Amino acid sequence: MLPILHAVQAEYGHVPAEALPQIAEALNISRAEAQGVMSFYHDFRDHPAGRHVLKICRAEACQAMGSEALAAAAKARLGVDWHGTTPNGALTLEPVFCLGLCACAPAAMLDGQVIGRVDAARLDEIATEAGA
Amino acid sequence: MRIYVPRDAAAKAVGAEAVAAAVSAEAATRGLPVELVRNGSRGMVWLEPLLEVETPEGRIAFGPVTPADVPALFDAGFGAHPKALGLTAEIPFLKKQTRLTFARVGVIDPLSLPEYEAHGGLAGLRKALTLSPEAIVEEVTASGLRGRGGAGFPTGIKWKTVLGAEAAQKYVVCNADEGDSGTFADRMLMEGDPFTLIEGMAIAALAVGATRGFIYSRSEYPDANAVMGQAITIARAAGMLGPDVLGSGRAFELELRIGAGAYVCGEETALLNSLEGKRGVVRAKPPIPALQGLFGQPTVVNNVLSLAAVPAILAEGGAAYAAHGIGRSRGTIPLQIAGNVRFGGLFETGFGITLGEIVNDIAGGTASGRPVKAVQVGGPLGAYHPQADFALPFSYEDFAGSGGLVGHAGLVVHDDSVDMLRMARFALEFCAIESCGKCTPCRIGAVRGVEVVDRIAAGDAAAIPLLTDLCQTMKLGSLCALGGFTPYPVLSALTHFPDDFATLKEAAE
Ligand SMILES: Cc1cc2nc3c(=O)[nH]c(=O)nc-3n(C[C@H](O)[C@H](O)[C@H](O)COP(=O)(O)O)c2cc1C
Ligand code: SF4
Ligand code: FES
Ligand code: FES
Repeated sequence: MLPILHAVQAEYGHVPAEALPQIAEALNISRAEAQGVMSFYHDFRDHPAGRHVLKICRAEACQAMGSEALAAAAKARLGVDWHGTTPNGALTLEPVFCLGLCACAPAAMLDGQVIGRVDAARLDEIATEAGA
Repeated sequence: MRIYVPRDAAAKAVGAEAVAAAVSAEAATRGLPVELVRNGSRGMVWLEPLLEVETPEGRIAFGPVTPADVPALFDAGFGAHPKALGLTAEIPFLKKQTRLTFARVGVIDPLSLPEYEAHGGLAGLRKALTLSPEAIVEEVTASGLRGRGGAGFPTGIKWKTVLGAEAAQKYVVCNADEGDSGTFADRMLMEGDPFTLIEGMAIAALAVGATRGFIYSRSEYPDANAVMGQAITIARAAGMLGPDVLGSGRAFELELRIGAGAYVCGEETALLNSLEGKRGVVRAKPPIPALQGLFGQPTVVNNVLSLAAVPAILAEGGAAYAAHGIGRSRGTIPLQIAGNVRFGGLFETGFGITLGEIVNDIAGGTASGRPVKAVQVGGPLGAYHPQADFALPFSYEDFAGSGGLVGHAGLVVHDDSVDMLRMARFALEFCAIESCGKCTPCRIGAVRGVEVVDRIAAGDAAAIPLLTDLCQTMKLGSLCALGGFTPYPVLSALTHFPDDFATLKEAAE
């Protein structure tokens, strides 16, 4: 089921409500089961995200290098909270727990591209490049 | 000329792609024949992007390199330059290590099977193909290898159980769901030497009589997943995987599966549920996965590092591996040094090095230059250790004895600006977010715990015993280590750093 959900989300940016009954039917499980699986995993969204997704690591090694201040700066710069999308639809901000970049913290990921030692200036560049 | 610029995610995160592009462009401009190899990382993350050049004396290193440095490096003929570090192998951080599992990481082109073989790859699998399943298990048992995923269970004993189970279909599952903060060894291995993991899994399959395997990796690791996926394709095309492993007539099929951002799916039974397409909820044990695992069949579940240690154990013998380490912690452990440190990265060494040596001598203290206040060892469920614990030797027994754990061997260093009450609160918040929901002490307890910590922060001294009681309930009443071990970071923070929980905190500030 996970490979299907990943594929749907890769295609549409989220898992549309219409997709679940089809997935359930294909796998011969109930809609409730399909819904239960999808909602269990943090990755899957039931509504569209922005054109870009920026994930900022909230875990301990990044905290030791100032990720909390970075996250606060990101929220202020973008005018959104976690899971929020900028009004122009350019960028969604999401928390993530460890990107395996703990020795070059604080870490972030923009649409699957890893970024280490992020500071406020780099953050601003990223946001600007993403159109936010 | 052969130039190496890592493709490791940590190197990319600090600009390796731009450096690689600059090298190619500069070589083209100058009309120089340069072979650019995208290797794994040597594990010295503060030196990334680390550029290496092959010379008759050995590889020489430069780092951290920026694209702007590249023309000058060519001008200098890769000789004298402010970023020159000399022979890579002589850099103290590397020289002090004992690299068994990570011997090839950073050295070879991760996707070149010929290079893999030239550097000792496949020797373990070839050896295993000459042995009976019992003899393979015996070799792994003799090595003293214990699970590197966290629980430290002897790998040989686990394999023996699966070997002894009767079933038409058995599985080998690699747990690559590396979710612990401060850990990245699985990622580095998959990005830097993926064939070692494939070889280790193939040996496990021969040992227990399994014909199918899965690697369960995480969506937070797109780079590792790309390399691992390519490596599986290459291995299959070369006959290292498939219906006839290395012409032995033995079959082993391997698939890569990707999780979806749930920490608890690193717990082996939740992982199996997830692989089966279900919610990643923890299963009650017994039955143990070795007897009833994936789709109810006998299954080996091992961490990446456990499986990746196996080829060398088979090639060199279990005794050679067991010659390293102390007490019942045998062999080497790839330490992952992270957080607020000067020299962060991967350091593989025999068990027995002390916590203080790791933090002061190897990691060089904090990056901020301020005193070390606490070191969290073993991920988000591991204890916070004060400097008073620095004499502790790195071993399963010593850490368990000090109210902590080795876990997946990640160390996160915090300087004296850290507020331990906030770290305790974070541990509980993390548990609340990641709980699979199966047991009340974990699901409800963690949420209550956050509230109680907030009361302490607000100056309510009476809440401190509530917190310790709650932790006791979580320890005793949780099915798995998420709920059961979250009390470690919480209670160690409270015990070792009581000032941060002082009742008049708010008022004093
Ligand atoms: C909440 C939780 C998360 C875990 N995460 C991982 C993980 O990411 N990787 C891992 O190998 N083991 C993890 N484990 C341990 C596994 O349950 C299991 O012990 C391990 O995969 C067995 O392999 P090993 O014997 O080679 O260590 C986790 C355990 C718990 C309770
Ligand atoms: S302790 Fe938590 S994560 Fe583990 S089984 Fe219970 S509810 Fe699930
Ligand atoms: S803790 Fe942030 S990348 Fe690991
Ligand atoms: S699954 Fe998390 S509480 Fe129900």
